Amino acid sequence: MNKIRALALVVLSYLIYIQPIMAVQPNERLADPLLEERARILSQNIRCLVCQNQSIDDSNATLAKDLRALVREKLTAGATNDEIFDFLVDRYGDFILLNPPFKPSTYVLWYGPLIFLIVGLLMTVLIMKKSKLRASEKPLSQAERVSLSKLLEQKDKT
Amino acid sequence: MAKTIFVFPFLIFFGVITYFTIPILKKSDPKLLPSALVDKDVPERKLPSLFKNKRGFDHEDLMGTETLINFFSSWCGPCRVEHDILMKISEGKTVRLFGINYKDQTQAAIRWLQELGDPFERIVADKDGRAAIDWGVYGVPETYLIDKEGKVRYRHVGPLTERVLKEKLMPIIQLLRNNKDE
Repeated sequence: MNKIRALALVVLSYLIYIQPIMAVQPNERLADPLLEERARILSQNIRCLVCQNQSIDDSNATLAKDLRALVREKLTAGATNDEIFDFLVDRYGDFILLNPPFKPSTYVLWYGPLIFLIVGLLMTVLIMKKSKLRASEKPLSQAERVSLSKLLEQKDKT
Repeated sequence: MAKTIFVFPFLIFFGVITYFTIPILKKSDPKLLPSALVDKDVPERKLPSLFKNKRGFDHEDLMGTETLINFFSSWCGPCRVEHDILMKISEGKTVRLFGINYKDQTQAAIRWLQELGDPFERIVADKDGRAAIDWGVYGVPETYLIDKEGKVRYRHVGPLTERVLKEKLMPIIQLLRNNKDE
């Protein structure tokens, strides 16, 4: 029993060390924790163009690694976040940003959902109005009233 | 009025369908990106020549005539695939061809060229891949068409083929050459 307990303890202690697999290697990290934190945040917003649906922070591609190094180099040299983003956009285009920029060519992207919401709401209101009208418009006809009372009578009998 | 509004969802639906179907019909690969450098000057980073006894090149050497610049590497499989086309371009003197050897070992690159033939007039070595980042390279092989003023005109990602050369590059090169005559 004690052996099992000891084994379980060993296994559990290993589990503590299991972390999400990270692409950023220890030797890539900057000594300054503040700069490193900024590097991580920036990297998470830069697309790895080789894999295209991963950030360079997540990707093991060599280009991603090179770009991570470049971001850290620029940060160490005192570049601002915007300067780094601009540097990359000049070379790779807007596609390298995981957050699409807000500009005329992306208005559809940003305003689209709002337009869909408005159209949807408008249609819902219209449909509801219509169905209300229909419900209140027509009183029951003579035949309908007769058959209804018949049904009710039958129900009372049972 | 109330009824016409119900046409909108259908219109929007067909709009979206059309928008997404056109690229499929055109067989365009969404993974291929247009270069951000098109119509801009080539990057100015100085790189050493691959061969000690041969000249390299920089942005100033690109003036005067149209040039193809090919990023290649001895470790890159698709580069081997396109090598025949590069040899053809060089043998036929179709257009001036320069090479940038991307993140390669000098010896490996030289051996590769000895084995397959060297189609490049001049080659520079981009050991750490920084120049490639300046160019917006995201995967070798990539080929850039530069006009006689040193501006990037076209970028092809992936191995060159007979078809790309004939249907994409040559028409632009012809156009650039015709403009020169005027």
